[in-house]
Amino acid sequence: MTVRRVLQFGSLAIVFGAAALWLFTGANRGWTKTSEPRKMLDEVTGIEGITYEERFVPGLDFLGGALLGGGILAGASLVFRKPSTPNRPT
Amino acid sequence: MNKQLVTLFSVASVCCAALAAPQSFDFKDPKGVNNAVFKLDAPLEAITGSANEISGTVTFDPANPAATKGKIVVATSSLHVPNPMMKEHLHSAMWMDVSNNGEITFELKELKNAKTAGDRTIAEATGTLTIKGVAKEVTAPVTLTYLKDKLGQRVPNMKGDLLVIRANFPIKRTDFGINPKAPEEKVSDTIDLTLSIAGAAKK
Repeated sequence: MTVRRVLQFGSLAIVFGAAALWLFTGANRGWTKTSEPRKMLDEVTGIEGITYEERFVPGLDFLGGALLGGGILAGASLVFRKPSTPNRPT
Repeated sequence: MNKQLVTLFSVASVCCAALAAPQSFDFKDPKGVNNAVFKLDAPLEAITGSANEISGTVTFDPANPAATKGKIVVATSSLHVPNPMMKEHLHSAMWMDVSNNGEITFELKELKNAKTAGDRTIAEATGTLTIKGVAKEVTAPVTLTYLKDKLGQRVPNMKGDLLVIRANFPIKRTDFGINPKAPEEKVSDTIDLTLSIAGAAKK
């Protein structure tokens, strides 16, 4: 496999991998989160307490970063052009 | 006979005074439920977070809620938003300057227009709110709920009363020097604060 192909496959893997992760974790349209609020009701006082659960939820910044990374790899693959086939004598 | 009546009356008066005496409620919550929520809704971005290290004491008299006095303290180190970079910025010198300003305080001076129905009092709390070293007088609508003898239901093997305080009011970020240069399209100048806290008075 050529370097060009490795870079192209790497680019696709990054973009599709990030998109799949983003979709399966709830397609968060905000910033990436590393914790999520959980509400718990105190039945005596009626107060809804807030605790944070550690959880990675990628946001649009994560998706954008993956697209940028994938784009850079795809662009870099263009540097490694196919060896030009010599012109056949007619 | 008269002497006995006077004595009985005196004892009854002392008992009544003791029952109606103001109680001191400690707002350091062992269950960690007390919280202050902040919301900033700018055209380009909405930011929501909370703080849960809350302490302070409030003196409340069920017979005279209008005489309520006290101080509530929020530890700035407990300010939390779900995005780690945003939290780092929030704690930095430009925003909340947590290392130099460890506390947000509200010192209650008076309760105005107090109206009590049952165990609930609705009033306007006037006091001094200090954020990032800047003290401003604010007035906020508050609801106080006095839960007599309910401490035992919340904390086993303890007897006493609970006082629940709820307040929701807006403040201006720029009034307290919280990164006043930040663009308002991205970070709203109005911070909507919601306080939900419970204090305990042991018997």
